[in-house]
Amino acid sequence: MSEPMLKIENLHARVEEYDILRGLDLEVNAGEVHAIMGPNGSGKSTLAHILAGRADYEVTEGKVTYKGRNLLELEPEERAHEGLFLAFQYPVEIPGVNNIYLLKSALNAKRKHHGLEEVDSVDFLTDIKEKMKLMGMDESFLKRSVNEGFSGGEKKRNEIFQMMVLEPELCILDETDSGLDIDALKVVAQGVNQMRGPDRAIVLVTHYQRLLEHIVPDRVHVLANGQVLKSGDKNLAFELEERGYEWVRDGQEAASA
Amino acid sequence: MSAVDDTAARLIERFQGERPGDATDWVARLRSEGAERFARLGLPHQRIEDWKYTSVKAIAKRDFARPDASQATADAGQIEALRIPGIDAHRLVFVNGHFAAALSDREGAGSGVRVRSLATVLAEEPDSLRGRLGNIAPTDFSGFTALNTAFAEDGAVVEIAADSRAERPIELLFVSTAQEHPVAAHPRIVIAAGHHAEGTIIEHYVGLDDVSNLTNVVTEAALDTGAQIAHYRIQRDTRKGFHIGSVHASQAGDSRLEQHNVNIGGQLVRTDINTALNDEGAETLYNGLYLANGRQHVDTHTRINHNEPNTTSEEAYRGILDGYARGVFNGRVYVAPHAQKTAAYQSNDNLLLSGKAEIDTKPELEIYADDVVCTHGATVGQLDTQALFYLRSRGVDHETARGLLLYAFAEASIERMGLEALREWLQGFVIDELPHAERIQEFV
Repeated sequence: MSEPMLKIENLHARVEEYDILRGLDLEVNAGEVHAIMGPNGSGKSTLAHILAGRADYEVTEGKVTYKGRNLLELEPEERAHEGLFLAFQYPVEIPGVNNIYLLKSALNAKRKHHGLEEVDSVDFLTDIKEKMKLMGMDESFLKRSVNEGFSGGEKKRNEIFQMMVLEPELCILDETDSGLDIDALKVVAQGVNQMRGPDRAIVLVTHYQRLLEHIVPDRVHVLANGQVLKSGDKNLAFELEERGYEWVRDGQEAASA
Repeated sequence: MSAVDDTAARLIERFQGERPGDATDWVARLRSEGAERFARLGLPHQRIEDWKYTSVKAIAKRDFARPDASQATADAGQIEALRIPGIDAHRLVFVNGHFAAALSDREGAGSGVRVRSLATVLAEEPDSLRGRLGNIAPTDFSGFTALNTAFAEDGAVVEIAADSRAERPIELLFVSTAQEHPVAAHPRIVIAAGHHAEGTIIEHYVGLDDVSNLTNVVTEAALDTGAQIAHYRIQRDTRKGFHIGSVHASQAGDSRLEQHNVNIGGQLVRTDINTALNDEGAETLYNGLYLANGRQHVDTHTRINHNEPNTTSEEAYRGILDGYARGVFNGRVYVAPHAQKTAAYQSNDNLLLSGKAEIDTKPELEIYADDVVCTHGATVGQLDTQALFYLRSRGVDHETARGLLLYAFAEASIERMGLEALREWLQGFVIDELPHAERIQEFV
């Protein structure tokens, strides 16, 4: 069997004096969709941000290998060029910076990194218009600034749209379902499902099971106290929904007792 | 006349001479009162609360000459190059404070709109300014205002008649050029907007040839009921230039003033923006942007007086300071005891890009009414690390991401400006001030 796309071994991380991750292990293969679930404060979002390269967290122990390379050595922009993408829970508004120009520049930076020529402007526009349509985004979006004045739902849709345009190999979605109504959730799920493919891995970080009704995961992991306490197939999500996170934690305590 | 100090005595001596309007009694009297006031006040010193953070010693120790009207010429091509692209402005050009007819637009500003040089009006019909010149700007507002009142000899008179609209923006371009000695200009601008008059006025200050001149300008604006005026002040003096300017507005009921104050150039800059909301329904927007680096010092003091009930003001100033630059922001809001239902919002946001840059920011609220909504907030900080991370996570390199966020910070001010072409032009200036300008250009 070939190496997993992403391999996390015994990862410990802290912010200020708080230990957030305490020996986390995870393997994700190309072609798979993984869901990471857990109660608030379990370290799910921290994990997502560490993978994307956020500097506010200090990794104190452990190893993260992405496509055979030490991921933790790379700058956030290098990770992006190497095909890693984080869909943010709270996308940032950037007035005056046009959505499309940001995307085009992001795409070209990645292409340059791989020794490719800049994208043809006409092809680019055709591609993004098609993907905007799929995400139910209005044409006026082309002229707007990055996330400026967007509703919560629009911001989330924009994250998925960016992901579709940049075509990353490893997609990490941080609480993409939070704050979405059911219609928006369906649009987002449709976008994510469209991205599924044999060469791509998708990691969904979520508190609730409802997103997983629309994006069916191959593997589900339960995170609590900075560790993966339990892993299973899609049924684990349903079980969690029924029995609550306490069930996993209690099970853990019982096992260690 | 005995002066408070040698500097005051010397400046009065230096600026003596004949001026248009001297033959008119009330003008001569206004001027001599200005000189007397200045003799008593002198240049402001730091023991005065409003000048606590700004020393004008650098002005005091220079020996500015009075600019010669006959030298009010400049290369026409150079002046043409200063046009704001895409804006068909009716433009009056001033060189070192003197009106340069040959460089200015000759055709009219439109029906109901008169734009003339102050020197022309003082020579031809001085009495039309009686009760208007020196009416809104108090002579003793500061030593500089007194100095201006004493020695103003040119400037502009902008009149928009009742129910008239100035179709083209009116641009007053003040160009500072090299003379044998550094010069001090004291332009005076009088704006009168009639009942329901509308117009856009751009005061544009540019320094050429690396000059170290002083511009000490005073603007007085009267907005009659329902008048709507967008007033821009764009200061791009040289890094050696001294710029002192004050705007004094008086607003009648239902009038709206938008005052955009952009400071990019200058070694020592002080602007005072004042308005009085004198009847119900009057509203004001103050929008300011200052960019400073090196050893630039940029001080902005604003005042909004809510003198009557149901008046509204919104104020947002933003600054980016780098190097050893020093910024000062002081925003005073006054609400009179009976001015109920006043709404006043103020914010001042600053980015400090170096450990040596400094900002002193202070809101000053004097509220004597009880049924009001007044908010204020000031921030001083570095770039938002979350936003920086967001851009980098999209593949934008660190330096470019930083430049983009600086641009975005300034853009929040620029986007409040109504003139699209002016916005685009200013965006270009802001980008040029930023590191990696050429990369940032790709994103906007």
